[in-house]
Amino acid sequence: MEYAPIVEKVAFNLMKYAATVLPDSAVKALKDAYKYESNSVAKSQLEAIIKNFETGAKFCIPMCQDTGIHIYYVEVGADCPIDDLGKIKDALINASRRATKEVPMRPNAVDPFGSNSGDNTGRFIPWINWEVVPGDKLKIVAFPKGGGSENMSTVKMLKPGVGIKGVMKEVLDWMIHAAGQPCPPTVVGVAIGGGADIAIKLAKKQLMRPVGQPHPDKNIAEIERKLKEAINTTGIGPMGLGGNTTCLAVHMDYAYRHPASLPLGIAVQCWAARQSGAEIAPDGKVTYLHHNIKE
Amino acid sequence: MAIVKLQTPISEEDVRKVKVGDIIYISGTVYLSRDEAHLRALEYAKEGKKLPLDFEGLALFHCGPIVKQDEKGEWHVVAAGPTTSSRMEIFEDKYIEQFKVRVVIGKGGMFERTTAAMKKVGAVYGAFTGGAAVLAAKAVKKVKGVEWLDLGTPEALWIFEVEEFGPLTVAIDTHGNNLFKEVSQKVESNRKKAYEIIGVSE
Repeated sequence: MEYAPIVEKVAFNLMKYAATVLPDSAVKALKDAYKYESNSVAKSQLEAIIKNFETGAKFCIPMCQDTGIHIYYVEVGADCPIDDLGKIKDALINASRRATKEVPMRPNAVDPFGSNSGDNTGRFIPWINWEVVPGDKLKIVAFPKGGGSENMSTVKMLKPGVGIKGVMKEVLDWMIHAAGQPCPPTVVGVAIGGGADIAIKLAKKQLMRPVGQPHPDKNIAEIERKLKEAINTTGIGPMGLGGNTTCLAVHMDYAYRHPASLPLGIAVQCWAARQSGAEIAPDGKVTYLHHNIKE
Repeated sequence: MAIVKLQTPISEEDVRKVKVGDIIYISGTVYLSRDEAHLRALEYAKEGKKLPLDFEGLALFHCGPIVKQDEKGEWHVVAAGPTTSSRMEIFEDKYIEQFKVRVVIGKGGMFERTTAAMKKVGAVYGAFTGGAAVLAAKAVKKVKGVEWLDLGTPEALWIFEVEEFGPLTVAIDTHGNNLFKEVSQKVESNRKKAYEIIGVSE
């Protein structure tokens, strides 16, 4: 079966909805934070955030002027009957171009040696994360990632001797250093192990989880809970203006590590935790995973 | 915490009444400048060239908007959230002294030099919620003009007519108070408590 024409149409919808409508788990996390926040300045910030994304969704306007750099996660089922795998990349590039023009999204792809391409595409951009998974579906997630929070993402090569407590301290210290810069309340993706590239890749992938969904391993879920509590104890607050809501969730994962290394990746997501995904079945049927999108 | 509504042109007297933690809303003229437009304005002043707009009493917004132009050539604002103000710290003090803007709007706060200039000249920093681009765009009633488009749309000098633009949290006032500095001191004093939660010391 030919997937590219469906992929192009679906990916356009995904980028559009990712930019304009916040997924339910993020909405709930922000509304809960508003309910429990006691600092008056923090409450006014959260109120503005909520009013902002609700108005954006209503009028189909990007919830933030930084509509991010375009990233897609593509999972191809090992039994997916796809005949045009080589055309999927171009289909995604076309979807990004169309979304830039029609939503509209801010052109955010800049040649480091030149100028802005104007259409959110260029060398390696949109970036596509490919994965082969069991099953017969093709899954696409559009993940536009804002620059302010990305600037506070990092990789640290720790000494294995510092242990898990050392990892937790490093994450906490880093988020204190980041303060209001990544537009808190944030979602913090954390991963250890693998290598420098593996740690940050895994950390970023944790941002795809529904906000606040704990890791299935209880020990890791406990670390996530403690880190969230510690970050919120700092009092940085929404936008760094003070308050109890600095972080909506910490999502952690790990890979096995080299005996000599303890890589730590920290991927920071601003309050605009934007994403939208869909699965395409072998009969061409499309199921949208985050948004109620009508064809 | 008071809620204060300001109308441009804003007088020095009125802006000196506003205190850190207050919420302000602005009606009248808000204009946009990022790094490049700051540099050009200061350059014009140095050379004695006339600026396209008298900035005194107005509100300056650190923002690179998403805009679109209709068939008639008229500009419309789609989304206009704040950009990080700290980049402008290197020349904002000179800018405030030269042009006497009364409110600087942005995100992330500013530092010592700006705080000192605001105290001296009479200006406040209003923190606008990062990313709240829709709220900002909805408060814009009209694009009154645009200058210096050669800098590109995000860097150009946009002039907006706004109605109740906000909420802006006053984070630097004319009395030398800086909310971001206060918060950062509080965070330092909370560090030990946060360490205890994850079971580490120092």
